[in-house]
Amino acid sequence: MSVAMSSARVRRTPSRVDDIAGLGRVGAGLFMAPALALIGVFLIFPALWTIYLGMTNYRLTGLAAADPDFVGLDNYTQVLGDSSFWWSLRLTLVFVVLSGILGQMMLGFSIAWALRHLKGLAKSLTETLVLAAWVVPGSVGSFLWLALLDRRGGTLNVLLDSPGTAWLINYPMASIIIFNIWVGTAFSMLLFSSALASVPPSQMESAEMVGATAWQQLRDVVIPNIKGHILTNTLLITLWTFNTFGPYLLTAGGPNGQSEILAVYIYRTAIPGGQLGKGAAISLIMLLINLVIALGYIHLARGKKKRA
Amino acid sequence: MSVIRTQDLVKEYPGGVRGVDGVTVTIEDGEFFALLGPSGCGKTTLLRAIAGLEKITEGTLHIGERDVTNAQPRERGVAMVFQDYALFPHMDVADNIAYPLKIKKVKRDSRRRTATEVADGLSLQGLAERRPGQLSGGQQQRVALARAVATQPEVLLLDEPLSNLDARLRLEARTFLKELQRELRVTTVFVTHDQAEALALADRIAVMKSGKLQQLGAPQEIFQRPVNAFVASFIGSTPMNLIPTVTADGGVVVGDGLLPLPGTAAGLVGPGTPVIWGARPEYLRWSTEQVPDSVRAKVRVVENLGATVLVSVTSGEHNLQVVAPEESGPQVGDVGWVQATSSRSLLFDPESTERIEVTREWASAESVLS
Amino acid sequence: MTQSTAVQPASPAPLKKSRAGPILASRTVKHFVTRVLFALAMGLVLVFFALPLTWLVTAPFDSNPTMAVRWPDWTFGNFQTLLESPYALGSIGVSLILGAGTIAVVLTLGSLASYALSRVHIRGRDGLLYALLLLSSVVTGTAAMVPTFQLITLIGLIDTHVGVVLVLAGGLLPTVIFILKDFMDSIPKSYEESARLYGASPSQILRHVVVPIARPGLAFVAVWTLVQVWGNFLVPFLLLRSPETKPAAVLMYTFYTESGQVDLRLISAFSLVFSVPVIVLYFLVNRRYGFRFHGGIKS
Repeated sequence: MSVAMSSARVRRTPSRVDDIAGLGRVGAGLFMAPALALIGVFLIFPALWTIYLGMTNYRLTGLAAADPDFVGLDNYTQVLGDSSFWWSLRLTLVFVVLSGILGQMMLGFSIAWALRHLKGLAKSLTETLVLAAWVVPGSVGSFLWLALLDRRGGTLNVLLDSPGTAWLINYPMASIIIFNIWVGTAFSMLLFSSALASVPPSQMESAEMVGATAWQQLRDVVIPNIKGHILTNTLLITLWTFNTFGPYLLTAGGPNGQSEILAVYIYRTAIPGGQLGKGAAISLIMLLINLVIALGYIHLARGKKKRA
Repeated sequence: MSVIRTQDLVKEYPGGVRGVDGVTVTIEDGEFFALLGPSGCGKTTLLRAIAGLEKITEGTLHIGERDVTNAQPRERGVAMVFQDYALFPHMDVADNIAYPLKIKKVKRDSRRRTATEVADGLSLQGLAERRPGQLSGGQQQRVALARAVATQPEVLLLDEPLSNLDARLRLEARTFLKELQRELRVTTVFVTHDQAEALALADRIAVMKSGKLQQLGAPQEIFQRPVNAFVASFIGSTPMNLIPTVTADGGVVVGDGLLPLPGTAAGLVGPGTPVIWGARPEYLRWSTEQVPDSVRAKVRVVENLGATVLVSVTSGEHNLQVVAPEESGPQVGDVGWVQATSSRSLLFDPESTERIEVTREWASAESVLS
Repeated sequence: MTQSTAVQPASPAPLKKSRAGPILASRTVKHFVTRVLFALAMGLVLVFFALPLTWLVTAPFDSNPTMAVRWPDWTFGNFQTLLESPYALGSIGVSLILGAGTIAVVLTLGSLASYALSRVHIRGRDGLLYALLLLSSVVTGTAAMVPTFQLITLIGLIDTHVGVVLVLAGGLLPTVIFILKDFMDSIPKSYEESARLYGASPSQILRHVVVPIARPGLAFVAVWTLVQVWGNFLVPFLLLRSPETKPAAVLMYTFYTESGQVDLRLISAFSLVFSVPVIVLYFLVNRRYGFRFHGGIKS
């Protein structure tokens, strides 16, 4: 109905529901064109082009930079057969689970749960500090952790009286995991704060009246009520943690690739390593993984809407 | 024995605001007791204090023989139904009803059996597998009630049990609730802002205002002999006529003439005393001819109430409202007579707003003692 | 019969001795222990978040800062050093330029597109919005870094600010359109209808009626965009080579990796100056709008 009406430009009076400014479909198209063009060129095109790029032997310098050859699926087979790729993928999985799901989500939830009963100074202080960690620009945050973990004069070594402990060298994964928890917890905290606020107090009080302990109330009233939020948060955190480049600033994937999560692996393969073709191939794999996660999220979000 | 006794109960919030300000009340075993008042009067706070959801600042609370002033809710033997029923959306009806038993660690089979029994008793057969979201308002209410009575509590607390139902359903649910309470014989305290509901359901009503108890008594008594002007105007579906005026020899000056003194006030006030005269529109009579104990008045507004009409009249400088049968059909502009009876009239003291018999009783009691 | 409040019986029946004594005591002890543990846990959390941040507020004011946090002697000398450093303040300027550029692109294209989407019922409109969101979640800076790099090189925009702005804008636009459409939806249509009746063309309506009313929403988006761009490391890191073109986010990184001797006086002052604008902005926005989450955070 709306399509027929807006395409009939001869109509003098627009339907109230439809087209107030008299844009018409063509006009609307024109309005959207620049934005869609930009998105098309800088978002859609690269995503699709990487399929092709992955099938070339583009290099950053040298002969193959100016005149690349088409190598078919060589890059892909090479990547999938490369143990360092699987190693990186495995590290990334560990990183996402420990830092994102177990770390940020649990910590964010616990803080939100604890903050329900806090008021005034304690509450704002906690919220402010957690948020500040998130708000501070990435390169500053990573330097703050570099300073903290410095082997010679870092604050941690001073506090623990363990001079000379090279945290970033000896415990690279632990370092980036904890760093990422520090950075990202704020989002989970805020999301769960508002989720907890939406649990009807009368349900909590009903449970309290029949003698449920705080733990039982959490299990029987709170968690079932915020299931949707938990799911949403899990997916978003998974996606973001999977794609974060921050750890590069802390360890650059080292030492010897011990903390080389996928984001860093791609970068190092393509730029310092100069293998753009291979880097594109890995990028495609990463895009596909992102797609699966994002589709899962949208599917669940749609399902929730339908049920609501 | 589940007598509920409060003694000078106070609930004070940080900042000094008193939600409940020194309330002393005894609720008898098996009684259907109403806490009635406008919003903010403290009735819900008092209910929650009995439940244990609000900490009592001063005073004591006893349930049966036990001092439960500082006891946790689960130790008090009380069950509560919230205004929004608070059914757990992710559990089915059977699990919702059985939940208190689950917490009490009753075995699965046993508690499912009890839940089914209770559900049947409340006409919820066949709904055991449904989720709360799939139930009607009335059904949800019954599930909430079932959950509350599943543990056979000593005391049942209901917070505005009928306000979430639509008007037609409310009347049915009212009758249902009264029958249920009679069957269960459990001491029940319910909170409402609807005076008609309180009058219909309760054995006794406590009318509250600003955290203080105004009057405690049976519905009939509160309706006919309100202790002050606030209770008088709060109770009753049509507002009571309250006219500041003076007494005269043989009556009260109302409008163009004199209306009879309330029988109970005879001898307590002399002529020329400033008073507030009160009479319910339902207890005044509209007549087209002059009758004894009446004043002449002119009709200003006629409102149709169905089987009756509410007639607003003016007599002299006073405005009155009278409920008349619909056949008598007064029209705007008609002139007629408003008749009052001494047994259904009240006098209030203009300063204290208390009913004069009450004030005078205390006064005379004091003078006897001094 | 009296009508006043119920009277207490003259002498209450003697109450059973309550067993509250020992029960109360053990409950109070448990309560106390829980309280203490809770405070300890919260304290640990606070220390965890605060510890790295403390350096940011102490070292810049220390005439000879160390890696470790220590009580500074409160000088402003480091900021002097900052002023003298060749690229430092310039890079903050670059961050501003990149921010302003991205805001300009994103607001212009974004309001046009979101207005059209809000006002005109195009078949598949909702599908388009979801597709856009999906796109921006999947094609992240990290996942697309290689093809983006290639593309910008081929177009010849490598090592230019324009290239960075276009890439950033492309990545932020889907979310911006989503947010702005929400704002546009909530603007009552009657204003535009009257303008239409007076003969205004759609672009006039947009400029004269809609934009002024949507200003709070546009301001919010501008601030959000600035925050995203300000801290963005990957895109400028990837696409900019020459030191004078680098924004603060990248320069900060080079300070502690590329220069042989790490000059903490410079780094500390620079960190603070670089961080303060976003911190201030974030808390201003929070005061005004509360935190909104539309799927975009700093990458």
